[in-house]
Amino acid sequence: MDFYRSHWVLTFLVFAPLIGAVVALVLPAARARWVALWTGVIELLVATPLFWTFEPVGAAMQNEVALPWIPNWGIYYRLGLDGISLFMVLLTALLLPLMVLGSWTYIKDRERVFYAMLLALTTGVMGVFVALDMFLFYVFWEMMLIPMYFLIGVWGGKDRIYAAVKFFLYTAAGSLLMLVGILYLFSRYQALTGESSFAYGDFLSLPLTSGEQAWLFAAFAIAFAIKVPVFPLHTWLPAAHVQAPTAGSVILAGVLLKMGTYGFLRFALPLFPGAASADTTVLLFMVLGLIGIIYTAMVAAVQPNAKRLVAYTSVAHLGFAVLGIFALNVQGIQGALILMIAHGVSTPMLFFLLGMLYERTHSYEIEDFGGLAASIPIFALMLVFAALASIGLPGTGGFVSEFLVLIGTFRVQPWIAFIAASGVIFAAFYMLPMVQRTVFNSLTRPANRAIPDLCGREIALLVPLVAIILWLGIYPRPILERMEPSVGRLIERVETSRFVSTPGEAVVASSASSSDEGIRE
Amino acid sequence: MTLDFASQADYLLALLPEIVLSLWAMLVLMVDVFQKGNRVEASRPVVAWLSLAGLVVTAAANGWLLTIEEAAVTGMVAVDSFRVFVNFIVLIAAALAILISIGYLDRRGINRGEFYALLLFATVGMMLLGAARDLILLFLALELMSVALYVLVGFDRRDPRSSEGALKYFLLGSFSSGFLLYGIALVFGSARSTNLSAIVPLLPSLQESPMFLIGAGLLLVGLAFKVAVMPFHVWTPDAYDGAPTPVTALMATGVKAAAFAAFIRVFAVGFAGIYNEWSVVLSWLALLTMFGANLIALTQGSVKRMLAYSSIAHAGYLLVAVLAANAYGAAAFLFYLLVYTLMTAGAFGIVIANSRGANELNKLDDYAGFGWREPLLGAVFSIFLLSLAGFPLTGGFIGKLYILRSSLEAGNVELAVSLVLASVISYFYYLRVVVVMYMRPAPAEEANRTVLLTGPGQLAMSVSAVAVLALFFVPGWVLDVAQRSVASLFTVPGTFFGLGP
Repeated sequence: MDFYRSHWVLTFLVFAPLIGAVVALVLPAARARWVALWTGVIELLVATPLFWTFEPVGAAMQNEVALPWIPNWGIYYRLGLDGISLFMVLLTALLLPLMVLGSWTYIKDRERVFYAMLLALTTGVMGVFVALDMFLFYVFWEMMLIPMYFLIGVWGGKDRIYAAVKFFLYTAAGSLLMLVGILYLFSRYQALTGESSFAYGDFLSLPLTSGEQAWLFAAFAIAFAIKVPVFPLHTWLPAAHVQAPTAGSVILAGVLLKMGTYGFLRFALPLFPGAASADTTVLLFMVLGLIGIIYTAMVAAVQPNAKRLVAYTSVAHLGFAVLGIFALNVQGIQGALILMIAHGVSTPMLFFLLGMLYERTHSYEIEDFGGLAASIPIFALMLVFAALASIGLPGTGGFVSEFLVLIGTFRVQPWIAFIAASGVIFAAFYMLPMVQRTVFNSLTRPANRAIPDLCGREIALLVPLVAIILWLGIYPRPILERMEPSVGRLIERVETSRFVSTPGEAVVASSASSSDEGIRE
Repeated sequence: MTLDFASQADYLLALLPEIVLSLWAMLVLMVDVFQKGNRVEASRPVVAWLSLAGLVVTAAANGWLLTIEEAAVTGMVAVDSFRVFVNFIVLIAAALAILISIGYLDRRGINRGEFYALLLFATVGMMLLGAARDLILLFLALELMSVALYVLVGFDRRDPRSSEGALKYFLLGSFSSGFLLYGIALVFGSARSTNLSAIVPLLPSLQESPMFLIGAGLLLVGLAFKVAVMPFHVWTPDAYDGAPTPVTALMATGVKAAAFAAFIRVFAVGFAGIYNEWSVVLSWLALLTMFGANLIALTQGSVKRMLAYSSIAHAGYLLVAVLAANAYGAAAFLFYLLVYTLMTAGAFGIVIANSRGANELNKLDDYAGFGWREPLLGAVFSIFLLSLAGFPLTGGFIGKLYILRSSLEAGNVELAVSLVLASVISYFYYLRVVVVMYMRPAPAEEANRTVLLTGPGQLAMSVSAVAVLALFFVPGWVLDVAQRSVASLFTVPGTFFGLGP
């Protein structure tokens, strides 16, 4: 079991897809999807035991490593895993083989490059979730843009170029400001200690004035808010989702958006606790989250295109995650984390189903369908289940997460929680009519009579998602247990600073400052 | 070995690389003439390979310079590792230019041996420019370089655009030389010397002298012309666009490297005492260049012109490094210059590759489907473009990071943020080329497509692309060398690089 105690498991998970990508490029095109599938299966098999080998008791990082990469700049290959990143890693590993299965017959041209891009993308995403060196993190964060950009731009729909460029520019522009923020932290650390370091742990112990914190928090928060996406920075998402091929939409909704919420939890909050817990910040993000929930639900309700509708629901769901994060209490943040997982399985399921429908009918328009339950009953069953999971019916992960978020929010801002609760009703308001108009009503179009139902491969890829949705809804305790210490530590950090900070004074987090007494002046 | 320049013979040693290359250029000329006699025909390939060999020998002589030291910093010629580093960059730029011109000149019917000889003479000028510690030598070097380049830009004299570019470059170039010369005269008038090391101790007394300040200002204008900083850039797009593409590559890389090195020697080292005066002007020029050039580049429909504006924008980034006013700034400058040379020369090399018959296809639309038609060159071009944009996984990212870091450490937060915002603009037009290459369907008529870039050129581009990637993944060694190379600039007392943290 040494493998699971050292960093090798993380290193393997990060770089195995990259090796798979190279192999897929080299072998004949017909083999590419098999290479990708095997890489995905191995990735999943290697990742799964992490759930049990992860020690829920210690709050500290596990499987840590620090190998020098560019030592004269203090850049190290630092990885680590805690209760927050664990589930993101597992989710990414789960979605990879499913995405390959979902693209099995969907992608017909330039297969080699397609699967190579998909695998390279997984490397980037995996790296983001485990990197503990800010430089390394930034590199993974940006590197994942290129394959995603190609996935949308080459294999996407009609307006793919517009969507790809918009996606790239939005995210890249946001993250460049974060880069200045990271460099600023770097130069502050160097000025104080005389040593170069990009280590996350070192930056945690850096004393910052509240003015500095405000600016740096803004630089980081914009980058993450674009990714989440928080209203009003969300406009790239529907475009990207609608144009992307199924696998692209799946990874976008499944894990890419979570990089934004993860960024808040891992970096923006603990690095700048004073600014993050300031009343204005909390209120601003809660209101933006709330607008995201209500406004996008209304927009979703009038979409004639099913894929666009699901894209807007992502914004609404992640609005709940933002609420939970900025509630800054255990229920809120745990709710947000569960939501990240629940949304990470239910929305990909919807995208998979829509992709399957598209392969059969070449349409995402809701009015092209109707009465599909008669012709393809298994599909209809799955779509109803996925829709209910997305709404957050009790017994699914969505319910648990939204419930926790609302409790957490209620403890700080009862009115916001009250309004946000109506978002759950809105979810039914946009999702149910869509389901009704596609799979129920009467079967009006003759063309829809003859389409084949789901095949074994398609059912096989949906079943794990169904199982996880139910597990999250019925027995989420093992997951909550593993998150708790990390979440607790995060909240402790933010809480302490809330009482310590006064304007203009250096803010040092209590947990990490003990060894740095000497450098504070 | 230590040189004290007591005897003139010491200069022969100090200028060994330049002397070797000058003689070699004459040799190239001779070989070409004796081969052809008075027949009108294309030069033999051996001329190009001979020129390359000359660059290799010069590089060896340049490396040998590291073994000698100077007794004092008063000589007209600097013998320090800063010069050696800049020389290597210039030599790489010249070598890349020669490699991409093999085959290209034949296709355009301009393969004459003078091309290579002139290219080598221009290289000598660039090397001297990076070594000049005396304003007279600076002027001589600048003219040696420029005169050779005026001819090279108009080398395809049957092509009206080439001639137009040459004329514009010549007129504005000689105009700027006039500024430079007048500036030198005024500086000499107030300081009674053209030697920078003699001027440095006088700076406190000269600070108030209007004549000296005007002289320094004119020098700044003259050099700004050569590095193509806005608003002194107007000649650049036409000269870059009209010139034979290998010449464009050389102008965008070697010329810029050399002129910037002179910038550092004159202003950052020589006129460090009046930093407050020139830094204000230069900051505004840097801001104008970064935003102006990037915004204009957005509107270009021709890839070659877009790359011309991109090289102007990069001059703005380099100015930020000069303005950082600390040791990191100078090292960042050298590192960035190296990456910049590789990626810019590489990008111009690819421009040659996309052609029909003997003509380059420069329009953006002509690149539709290029990435799928030429997988290797498409991938290489993407690497160069992403590196120019400063994207992670490429050396351009580390370079930009280095400049940002030096700028933040100097407290120039505004300049750093401006650089980042300007890069955001640049993402758009670099990315557009990638979009067209891979995401637009190739035009229906594929007939008559040629790749003017021959084997050696393709190999050189691939090696450059690998080097650009390597400068991201294992930059440690080059970072070290860059840092040590600027240490020699510290030997001049009172330079602002010495004042860094």
